Amino acid sequence: MTTSRARAALLILPLTLGLAACSGAADGSETTGSGGPIAVTASDTACEVARTEAPAGTVEFAVTNSGTKVNEFYVYAEGDRIMGEVENIGPGLSRTFHVELAEPGTYQTACKPGMVGDGIRADFTVTGSSAAAKSDDEKLTAATTDYQRYVSSQADEFLEETTEFVGLVKAGKVEEAKALYPTARSYWERIEPVAESFGDLDPKIDGREDVVEEGMEFTGYHRLEKDLWETGLRSDSGAIADRLLADVTELVAKAKAVELNPLQLANGSKALLDEIATGKITGEEERYSHTDLWDFEANFEGSKAAIQALRPFLREADPDLVATIDSRGTALGDLLETHRDGDGFVLYTELTPADVKKLTEALDAFAEPVATVAGAVAKG
Amino acid sequence: MEASSRRAVLAAGAGTAVAGAAAGLTWASRPAAAGPGAGAPDAPADGVVPFRGAHQAGITTPAQDRLHFVALDVVTSDPEELRALLTAWTRAAERMTAGAEAAPGGTVGGGPYGVPEDTGEALDLAAANLTVTIGYGPSLFDERFGLGARRPGALRELPAFAGDDLDPARSGGDLCIQACADDPQVAVHAVRNLVRMGFGVVAVRWSQLGFGRTSSTSTSQVTPRNMFGFKDGTANLKAEDPVALDEHVWVDGAEAAGGAGWLAGGSYLVARRIRMHIEVWDRSTLQDQQDTIGRDKKVGAPLGQRDEFEEPDLAAVAADGQPRIPVDSHVALAHPSNLDGVRILRRGYNFTDGSDGQGHLDAGLFFIAFVRDPFRQFVPMQQALARADKLNEYIEHTGSALFACPPGLRDGQDWGTQLFA
Repeated sequence: MTTSRARAALLILPLTLGLAACSGAADGSETTGSGGPIAVTASDTACEVARTEAPAGTVEFAVTNSGTKVNEFYVYAEGDRIMGEVENIGPGLSRTFHVELAEPGTYQTACKPGMVGDGIRADFTVTGSSAAAKSDDEKLTAATTDYQRYVSSQADEFLEETTEFVGLVKAGKVEEAKALYPTARSYWERIEPVAESFGDLDPKIDGREDVVEEGMEFTGYHRLEKDLWETGLRSDSGAIADRLLADVTELVAKAKAVELNPLQLANGSKALLDEIATGKITGEEERYSHTDLWDFEANFEGSKAAIQALRPFLREADPDLVATIDSRGTALGDLLETHRDGDGFVLYTELTPADVKKLTEALDAFAEPVATVAGAVAKG
Repeated sequence: MEASSRRAVLAAGAGTAVAGAAAGLTWASRPAAAGPGAGAPDAPADGVVPFRGAHQAGITTPAQDRLHFVALDVVTSDPEELRALLTAWTRAAERMTAGAEAAPGGTVGGGPYGVPEDTGEALDLAAANLTVTIGYGPSLFDERFGLGARRPGALRELPAFAGDDLDPARSGGDLCIQACADDPQVAVHAVRNLVRMGFGVVAVRWSQLGFGRTSSTSTSQVTPRNMFGFKDGTANLKAEDPVALDEHVWVDGAEAAGGAGWLAGGSYLVARRIRMHIEVWDRSTLQDQQDTIGRDKKVGAPLGQRDEFEEPDLAAVAADGQPRIPVDSHVALAHPSNLDGVRILRRGYNFTDGSDGQGHLDAGLFFIAFVRDPFRQFVPMQQALARADKLNEYIEHTGSALFACPPGLRDGQDWGTQLFA
């Protein structure tokens, strides 16, 4: 289970695709209006920009460092978002660069003598009508449709397996219930960020014993985990199982109806890896059954599924990123396979500290590029 | 052992009656300050240490107050990935040592949906004389990256020393980054951002924070004290003595022969994590402590002398006929006269890693030395100390590593092209 903050973040992300950086190729519009590149003279104490206005489109700057320190030149949009920059301009050197300023509005230019501080800033106005480059809306729309299909299929399986698990618990078939437990949960773990976005259902289904500290009753999968592995089935285990099935039924209906946007896919793929890093690789999630590696694999698969849906878009937007994600994903998958035991995995308690370190390294390596997918999607 | 050494201490101390006598953790006398233009780098007033030059910064740079040292293993099998990382590291390190973000606009410039390229905790801080020094371990030159022919002759595993209690999880590494700064957050920021850039290519093997320099590497610095309360590094090699640096610190072109030519002008870095048994030391008498070190505790003078920078007189004899500076004291054993003239550039840091679980401080000296040849300098010195040093009662070496640090970068050059060129 994630924190409530992470849950909120996933839900409130607005759909603002296509409006962000738009650093794609210009659509043949005029460069920098009339008069060629805008000259910028950067000294150690001043930043003289020859013209402070340009029509929307590709703007060209020619920056000359007349000072004694290494200088940089930036064009910022609101909130200090960088639209373009040129760095490492040595004393006496000149650099020319292009920046896409597709949206009319007020920007800022800045020189940074010595590369530090906020820089010497001035307003820069972009006029005219929006020259926004065409975004890859179709590919991104297809991505969300694909992924929703995946969520839906996992949700169906989750309900089916939970129904069977609940039946086994109520029939007192402890060994069979224990065998099914990690498999049934894997459907939840694959779509965890979506499932968790329904605030109060998450702690009821997947809450660990600490939810008691928050004034809630300890119910759901982990309560039954404790019963099966630790205390033996109790007088209220059957009732807990019934409630679990009711909660899962409600959740599945909601999950199948959820509308997702491409940013949520991207953030979800990262959130699943965060789940591994903070809950599974530490052995916290499955504290009685120690079946954490089943969850690890399911989170990992869910993360890859979201990336897979975005792949047609990413392959064009950032092919290097796709290659990195693929090779690091393969490495992580291969490493996880070394801990396979039959249809499942060895228990967390059988891992050595060196095993855990290797898994952590491979996870870090995969998560870093995956974390940048949202930025690529936002750029459109 | 305990009893006999205590008797020896009493014998050596009795009859000396040399209050304010003399001592110090290192050996030769202070080198004469070189004249102007000798290339002695004073800390620039604006707190920025030049990143490029004939030698890497962070070696003869006046020792900053704080350290974050990290040893890493390469986890990729692709030499191109390693080379690209070294190139990317160069850019980020050069930026950060200038006080800039690891990448332009790295903290917020990527916009709300981007992952910040700089972690941000040094955003409002000065450069704080940050230096980032890189080194390569013996294991980097195995068969994985085709670097075997470039392995320098003296880059091989250090021998075992008597009394070592090395933890493999605190030893070795394919490469290292030494980040020093006058602000701990600046040093930690540098390592954190470089490590992060390396995920998937390198992984941290171990790291060490140091909170106080234990050596002066310039005559402009006062001699600091180590966790034993003694001045440390009095007789260290200093930046102002380029002749001695050439003799004892920098690898010369003839030594860096063949494929190892990349190391000419570089140096070897020896790192040793030395745990001090602080509580045991603290209940030792002043005389016991001074005889162990061979220097006076307050002034730092060699026993039998008055001034910190006086040359230890190892022949001086007290009234009882015993040497004023005990023959098994740290100063006597580490003195160049007992080591065929060997000297080293020390650049270590005090550390405290909290407590050890038994209520004792997990503290000591993170020893760093730069040498021209570890097997002609550090190894014989440490063998002599490991055999007989009275200090061994109070210390234990728990980590060890050796790295070869390339020379400084020319304009336009980076660590990737320097190593793989």
